[in-house]
Amino acid sequence: MTAVASTGAAAFLGRHEGLRNRLPGARVAWVEALRERGASAFRAQGFPTRRVEAFKYTDLAGVAGQVFGEPLTSVDDAPALPDATHPRAVFVDGRFRPDLSTLGELPFAVRSLAEALPNLEGRIGALARPEDAALVALNTMLFEDGLVVDVPAGVDGGTIELLSLAAESERAPAFHPRHLVRLGEGATLTLIETAEGPLNARYLHNPVFEIEVAEGARLSHGRVQQEGREAFFLSTVRARVAARATYDNFTLNAGARLSRNEIHVALTGPEAQAHMNGAQLAGDGQHLDTTTSLDHAAPNCASRQTYKTVLSGRSRGVFQGKIHVHQVAQKTDGYQMNQALLLSEEAEMDSKPQLEIYADDVKCSHGATVGALDADQLFFLRSRGIPEPQARAILVGAFLTEAVEAVAEEDVRAALSRALDAMRARQGLAAGLEEA
Amino acid sequence: MLKIENLHAAVDGKPILKGLSLEIAPGEVHAIMGPNGSGKSTLSYVLAGREGYEVTEGSATFAGQDLLAMEPEERAVLGVFLAFQAPVELPGVGNANFLRTALNALRRAKGEAELDAMQFLKLARTRMKTLGMTDEMLKRSVNVGFSGGEKKRNEMLQMSMLQPRLALLDETDSGLDIDALKLVADAVNALRGPDFSALVITHYQRLLTHIVPDRVHVLAGGVIVRSGGPELAQELEASGYAGVQDGTPSKRSFDGSPVAA
Ligand SMILES: Nc1ncnc2c1ncn2[C@@H]1O[C@H](COP(=O)(O)OP(=O)(O)O)[C@@H](O)[C@H]1O
Ligand SMILES: [Mg+2]
Repeated sequence: MTAVASTGAAAFLGRHEGLRNRLPGARVAWVEALRERGASAFRAQGFPTRRVEAFKYTDLAGVAGQVFGEPLTSVDDAPALPDATHPRAVFVDGRFRPDLSTLGELPFAVRSLAEALPNLEGRIGALARPEDAALVALNTMLFEDGLVVDVPAGVDGGTIELLSLAAESERAPAFHPRHLVRLGEGATLTLIETAEGPLNARYLHNPVFEIEVAEGARLSHGRVQQEGREAFFLSTVRARVAARATYDNFTLNAGARLSRNEIHVALTGPEAQAHMNGAQLAGDGQHLDTTTSLDHAAPNCASRQTYKTVLSGRSRGVFQGKIHVHQVAQKTDGYQMNQALLLSEEAEMDSKPQLEIYADDVKCSHGATVGALDADQLFFLRSRGIPEPQARAILVGAFLTEAVEAVAEEDVRAALSRALDAMRARQGLAAGLEEA
Repeated sequence: MLKIENLHAAVDGKPILKGLSLEIAPGEVHAIMGPNGSGKSTLSYVLAGREGYEVTEGSATFAGQDLLAMEPEERAVLGVFLAFQAPVELPGVGNANFLRTALNALRRAKGEAELDAMQFLKLARTRMKTLGMTDEMLKRSVNVGFSGGEKKRNEMLQMSMLQPRLALLDETDSGLDIDALKLVADAVNALRGPDFSALVITHYQRLLTHIVPDRVHVLAGGVIVRSGGPELAQELEASGYAGVQDGTPSKRSFDGSPVAA
């Protein structure tokens, strides 16, 4: 079967059609049925256009118009790997690479989804349903692999890393990994996820995460999106957080030509907590979108969100954040702050906070600001002898600090600070401050 | 030598300085007094290079260099330091990190060796002690949560670390109790020497009993209307600006604030 150089939804549907017998789980009835659900949902929705409310500010026409190459990637590429600080699972073009991974002995199960697939019935698609979102549908019909993490009840899983790399190639691959993370009652885990690729390679990375955090468990999920500047990153996280459990998510959204970072969290048991923080750093030509939704579906839950966006050159930032407080969710404590710093005249920010509150005894607040660097602060720094570019970088760092400091888990905070410094350097905003 | 000649400056198109001339020789400290709104802060901002202050006529040179043609950071490298009347807060920027960054930026620009973290901390602690500051103020964000007096001391800490050749002190004494005032004066006096000049803007004669100026000038309506020796400060304190303010004689003391006898 040779790939036809077609584009858009039709190309991906054609690919599913052509590969259905070769994709993992091809002869497993429930997998086939699930992929079929994905295909029919994607056929019905296609790539969302800007007429779809959720995509009002983010145009996927650029993705839809691309020709992507063979999805079944070869497994012999061995790209250079950044140093690992913790046990690490490595994916190249969406495929698990045991040869590059250094997981060692872990007190819990970490598997490749492609291998574990026959045993995952009922688990894939439970939280991220193809019918609910076109990009999840696309992932569902074409996923080849992913990471399956199960931390049993009561186990402290420590810190693991998930590194997704795109290989250097001319193929413009599209890959759609499906990652499943489940923490049993009272379990803890820190998961540091990094997505990166060659600076100038074109590819589509469309990961979907389904995350379950059982009662009293705690998952700290740090994410670094530093894909190459020609990449498309369309990512969906769906997490369900049970009673007294905590889900912490920090996403650094900084790479890619176009990035859509969707995070949907449901607090389903009393006293569950979600902390969702993030920073977006867009340079010339980038479009970065963070879209969150928080479902308060149980009483006495708390959610905290702080998102900071820094835009320079001709770039675009989007933040959409919805908090939905169900009628049963009395004593909800919800907070959302989203702030953007515009460093150029040509940068543009769209933000859309949305509160839907159906309970009467709740505390919910949100705020949004968009502005330029403070002229007084800039002058003050320069008057002390600090050159203007460095002074600007210092103020950008200060702006971002609040979101990073909200991250409770030290491993995550350290990884994020490092990544943030690197991404700022890439955008000419290298960390301006010396440590004393 | 600071040499200001016939300086005219406007803010938002509104003329504020209207032909101000002033010379401060190396080693000299001059004081500027004058009613609120007379243009004292404007003068200090123009000299330090703040945006939005448009020089329409005249010149200002320091050490033979045209200050008005330089960026604020270049002026700092030349040795100009402005202690702000209202110090700026920098949430998220640690005071120690800021100070080390500023100090090393200056040292780099002057081709001097940079200070490592240890050398820096040692120096900062010594200077803080003489200013009656606690170590804890190094850890906080610059000026965030500082009292008015702490902010002013923090400006003086920067001054004593950065070792300027021309210090512009804009009402650094306002809001300080007498002990803090003495510490501030000590910090300035410690820098006095043949290669240091200062322009001390103040409402109060009491600062000038601790930093004894070589000359005192009265700024009113955007020009210097009177100059004299240190005794002029005492005279002004006794009589207010009656007679020096163009057109509108007034008996009140400068801004209506209580004046220490
Ligand atoms: N940024 C500004 N925008 C508009 N007017 C200003 C600004 N700064 C100063 N002024 C005006 O300039 C005049 C002089 O102010 P200033 O230099 O602060 O006086 P002083 O320090 O002597 O009290 C005042 O009339 C003041 O209102
Ligand atoms: Mg003033």
